[in-house]
Amino acid sequence: MYDFTYHRPKTLADAVNLLKGKDEARPMSGGMTLIPTLKQRLARPSDVIDLGGLKELAGIKVEGNNVVIGGMTRHADVASSADVKAAIPALAHLAGHIGDPQVRNRGTIGGSVANNDPAADYPAAVLALGATVTTNTGKHAADGFFKGLFETALGEGELITSISFPKVEKAAYMKFPNPASRYAMVGVFVAKSASGVRVAVTGAGSCVFRVKAMEDALAKDFSSAAIKDIKIPADGLNSDIHGSAEYRAHLVGVMARRAVDAANK
Amino acid sequence: MTSETGIGARVKRKEDQRFLTGTGRYVDDLPLARATYAYFLRSPHAHARIKSIDVSAAKASPGVVEIFTGKDVADAKVGGLICGWVVKDKHGQPHKSPPHPVMAVDTVRYVGDSVAMIIANSYDEAKDAAEAIKIDYEVLPANVDLAKALAAGAPQIHAEAPGNLIYDWELGVKADVDAAFAKAAHVTKLDLVNNRLIPNAMEPRAAAAEYDKGTGQYTLWSTSQNPHVLRLILSAFVLGIPEHKLRVVAPDVGGGFGSKIFCYADETMVCWAASRVGRPIKWTAERSESFQTDCHGRDHVTHAELALDKDGKFLALRVETIANMGAYLSTFSTAVPTYLYATLLAGQYTTPLIYANVKAALTNTAPVDAYRGAGRPEATFVIESIVSKAAMEMKIDPAELRRKNFIPSTAFPYQTPVALQYDSGNYPPIIDEAIKIADYKGFEGRRAEAKSRGKLRGIGFSSYIEACGLGPSQVIGQLGGGVGQWESAQIKFNPTGNVQVLTGSHSHGQGHETTFAQLVSDRLGVPIDQIEVVHGDTATTPFGMGTYGSRSLAVGGSAIMKAADKVIAKGKRIAAHLMEASVADVVFEGGTFKVAGTDKAVPLGAAVFAAYVPHNYPLAELEPGMDENAFYDPSNFVYPAGTQICEVEVDPDTGEVEIVSFTAVDDFGNIINPMIVEGQVHGGIVQGVGQALMENAVYDEATGQLVSGSYMDYTMPRADDVPSFKVGYKVTPCPHNPLGVKGCGEAGAIAAPAAVMNAVHDALAPVGVGHVPMPATPLNVWQAIHGAAK
Repeated sequence: MYDFTYHRPKTLADAVNLLKGKDEARPMSGGMTLIPTLKQRLARPSDVIDLGGLKELAGIKVEGNNVVIGGMTRHADVASSADVKAAIPALAHLAGHIGDPQVRNRGTIGGSVANNDPAADYPAAVLALGATVTTNTGKHAADGFFKGLFETALGEGELITSISFPKVEKAAYMKFPNPASRYAMVGVFVAKSASGVRVAVTGAGSCVFRVKAMEDALAKDFSSAAIKDIKIPADGLNSDIHGSAEYRAHLVGVMARRAVDAANK
Repeated sequence: MTSETGIGARVKRKEDQRFLTGTGRYVDDLPLARATYAYFLRSPHAHARIKSIDVSAAKASPGVVEIFTGKDVADAKVGGLICGWVVKDKHGQPHKSPPHPVMAVDTVRYVGDSVAMIIANSYDEAKDAAEAIKIDYEVLPANVDLAKALAAGAPQIHAEAPGNLIYDWELGVKADVDAAFAKAAHVTKLDLVNNRLIPNAMEPRAAAAEYDKGTGQYTLWSTSQNPHVLRLILSAFVLGIPEHKLRVVAPDVGGGFGSKIFCYADETMVCWAASRVGRPIKWTAERSESFQTDCHGRDHVTHAELALDKDGKFLALRVETIANMGAYLSTFSTAVPTYLYATLLAGQYTTPLIYANVKAALTNTAPVDAYRGAGRPEATFVIESIVSKAAMEMKIDPAELRRKNFIPSTAFPYQTPVALQYDSGNYPPIIDEAIKIADYKGFEGRRAEAKSRGKLRGIGFSSYIEACGLGPSQVIGQLGGGVGQWESAQIKFNPTGNVQVLTGSHSHGQGHETTFAQLVSDRLGVPIDQIEVVHGDTATTPFGMGTYGSRSLAVGGSAIMKAADKVIAKGKRIAAHLMEASVADVVFEGGTFKVAGTDKAVPLGAAVFAAYVPHNYPLAELEPGMDENAFYDPSNFVYPAGTQICEVEVDPDTGEVEIVSFTAVDDFGNIINPMIVEGQVHGGIVQGVGQALMENAVYDEATGQLVSGSYMDYTMPRADDVPSFKVGYKVTPCPHNPLGVKGCGEAGAIAAPAAVMNAVHDALAPVGVGHVPMPATPLNVWQAIHGAAK
């Protein structure tokens, strides 16, 4: 790892100020991606701004019809939250299956969503549940937030403060893990609410995406049978030693059907 | 009768106290005053000519002590690394032996080949400096694909090995085998790839060295499985440091699986450079370096054919294999696909005629050498796959076909057609026991039940044999091995009666400190907590050959028993003197010398005390002290054998394979510590399951990069990938060693790949799948199903 200056601000305002002054400063929430990247000398920030001291960003509240999760909330806390389990059990389940216990006790929802790793789990939940991402400067709707490979709508110096998930009628997340890393090779989050059905897929492409054909079919008939003939095109999907694009396309169908069945249980 | 700590007892491992509480002492833990740290700059190319290296800027980098390149090493006349086993090809010519410089001079031949050693005050400073080294490479055509290595036009890797061929070797008489095939009622043919594996010991390789200018003494701490052999190679062939001026210490070592047998470039450089920089040097591989530069395992492409008569009796076996050597020949690489592979192709069967042809080939990949099982897993995979395929084709029950061809228990010692003489065994009761434990009769019911849940269930057998306990030195020598294969032991009593047991074998997870203490406790009646097993230091232990090939108990344990016999023999003479009895009348029972028919008794401790305080002692005829050593050279290999039965369920929608049941029944001869043996069986099976379903070293064909270069892409088996194993034992004691023991360290890894793959093929046969490549990853299984459905 290269040398850098380490900061641990106590307030959001201080963190934002620290980021502003420096070109090569990087915020760090749980560090689950950044630290390995630093260790492999793949990143060379001048400053690392550790957000771990921002107590104001951690925590889970229920506000009306929404579960609001602070950006610095650890995966383990989401997984074990009675509020999340009661309101959106699929979200608690997803959080409980990210990485391993070490990752779940370090990694945060804000860090995961801001990083937008193509194989991360949370982006599927944010997109399928139609969540709202709140930052120090404003709000982002889920649609339009995830721009591409490791790319989001967040601007310079913009930090995720919380994410608000509306309660839904039914939801489930099914993940097919990469055999080696156990990241999502294909993860499908299905959510049914009064405003319709949303299906979000992570792991399969360069960025989380929705499957409109499945959403339309499920809006008419929320059953796995309704989507069994929908084929996902392999074009543009990821291909590596663990899964060809065709295999991932196939798994999207399998995981979507299993998610619908799980949601209906 | 078994005591609580003697032979046969489940004694908890003495060494685990320190391993489980973080108080072990590994190479990297060494506190060395004024230490420097080494970093090796490695080739990013699979094959390239080094046009120039400029280290001037790097030498000026903060904290840098010294930088060495291949030219510096060559100018200092450092010898190359050696391959210690000469295999003669089918024309009687020794194998091609291209040079293996410890640092690349003008050509790099795989991604990871080292090109510069940077020594600095800290590891980070060494790495910083490495970035300032400017190398001008001319990238050359490379080949990482074994199947293409011997093809015309393949990139030439060493001028000394035309066509990349190291040897074209054969065993057996081809014409006789071909004649048997001509008369066969049925021939089963099979093409197999034995996937390449990366060892992944928990502790990465590490080395530290210091040089004492006053005495001219070098000390090298290394993560070695065989410190004396490493010293011998470095002294006699590579560095020229006389053996008495080089001390090699292999302290606590966190796993090896074969990968730490060999003499590597890194530790050689660390040792050599220590005298040049005048300060100690430490180096520990990063995990990604381990992936790139530890010797890999397996990597065969094989075509096999089995000839059977109409009743399923095996008539002949014909095997053609290409084995990957990587870019350079590692220490024992040449022996693995020949004498540790083809000689095992008889398996447990009476196949009267066998012909094997093995071509060893070079590729632009890391060197390949022995890895848990070394050749024997590859042989077992060939035999047990083709036997199961034959059973399927001939519609004979796979257990029945095996039983029909087993060597009968009355035929031992049994001379196979492939050089080995099996000493003992009784195979039918093993498979019977496995069938019982696995409830083979109930399988079809379980298959039908799985089908109702949408799962494809299959069952697979693997009846393996291995030759281990390496080995009879004269046989090894006749086959081209460059070393003896005996083992040493020393039993050294202290005046107060406690004992040091020094062994030339080495423990890096096997539990020798417990098992060997049990032997001595059982034989000499000394309480186990009064026994200290010492290993791993050439300065304190007698010369020994180290640990690999499941040899430590069968050979090293036998040496300990010989030394214990000497202790008893001397003790009898001391006791006879003390009891004023004739030596012939003295017996040794339960730790005490007695005169039969009298109440005269001298405990061993009293005899030892008398030997060290010889006031009343027969000094005229007996030396004082109690310190006995022994060397044991076995008269044959040992031949553990067993049957594994694996049951899997395949999810046809995703291609996932779940192991739902796994049974292993083994004959390891007599068992010293059943708990440790179970641990070895469990670990071995998991490694075999890893090979069958998960692990795969993949190089990119276009760039030569190691794609599976981290745990993000190399799938290691995890605890939740396997069920609870059902294990059983049958015992036919080894007739030629004093303990009657065989070996258990490699069995699981040898047998499991075939058991798992046979189960996968059995599961998928109903949907028309003929073959799934190993490892049977979800992708490979899904593609096989998908392909079959087209």
